[in-house]
Amino acid sequence: MGLNSILFYFFAALAVVSAILMVTRRNVVHGAVYLITTLLATAGVFLLLQAEFLFITQVILYVGGIMVLFVFVIMLVNLDVSLLQYQFNRQRFVAGVLALALAAQLFIVIKMGKTSLFPQARVPEVLPKNTEAVADALFGRFMLPFEIASILLLVAMIGAVVMAKRRV
Amino acid sequence: MVPVDHYLWLSLALFTIGVIGVLTRRNVIIILMSIELILNAVNINLVAFSHMFGSVDGQVFAIFIITDAAAEAAVGLGIILAFFRNRETLLADEMDMLKW
Repeated sequence: MGLNSILFYFFAALAVVSAILMVTRRNVVHGAVYLITTLLATAGVFLLLQAEFLFITQVILYVGGIMVLFVFVIMLVNLDVSLLQYQFNRQRFVAGVLALALAAQLFIVIKMGKTSLFPQARVPEVLPKNTEAVADALFGRFMLPFEIASILLLVAMIGAVVMAKRRV
Repeated sequence: MVPVDHYLWLSLALFTIGVIGVLTRRNVIIILMSIELILNAVNINLVAFSHMFGSVDGQVFAIFIITDAAAEAAVGLGIILAFFRNRETLLADEMDMLKW
């Protein structure tokens, strides 16, 4: 087992364990910290998959941007009362069974389609330089989706400002 | 060399944990964080297949998903702030103002 495999299983175990802890914690701030751990472990998996640009995007944008936003809002709305309330809703057993049924279906699909679902891999000997290749695709073939994404971000920005305003 | 389906198992595990979090928790912020976890699980799939085929298209789609997650987090947290100002609670089952 090479170093690559050891690192992958380490990051995968870290991601799954901290995701479970994130969903079960009572304190929201602890949940946010565990989610940050999961996102960083996922970033490590991206690095192992030679997606360097996505790795650094994940660290800067997810961990540095989105999670700071989350922690900021948690500080604004923090309630000591919410720590004493029951954390799971009434339909939790039905919901848990349904989620596990969905997971079992996906499990069977991946297990059975292992030969037919994944055609022969075609990894070239030398991968292109990652950031250059991503930029080439993003500003070449994916130009229109890129512009639409910028409009989406503008709309989200206006929406967030309107929602957080004290009086509309 | 890790086989591709191991990435899919990791993605499946994170996705299931996220779905369980969305369906069973009462706290709105935890629900929003679980949605971020689901989007992240999808990204692992895209990047694994992108590596398998030696093409960057999957990574470009993952970048679009991260953009979408950022937009969703901004608007969602704005809605949570507005809701908290009106009702002084964060529980999802108290969000019944549209219910007749």
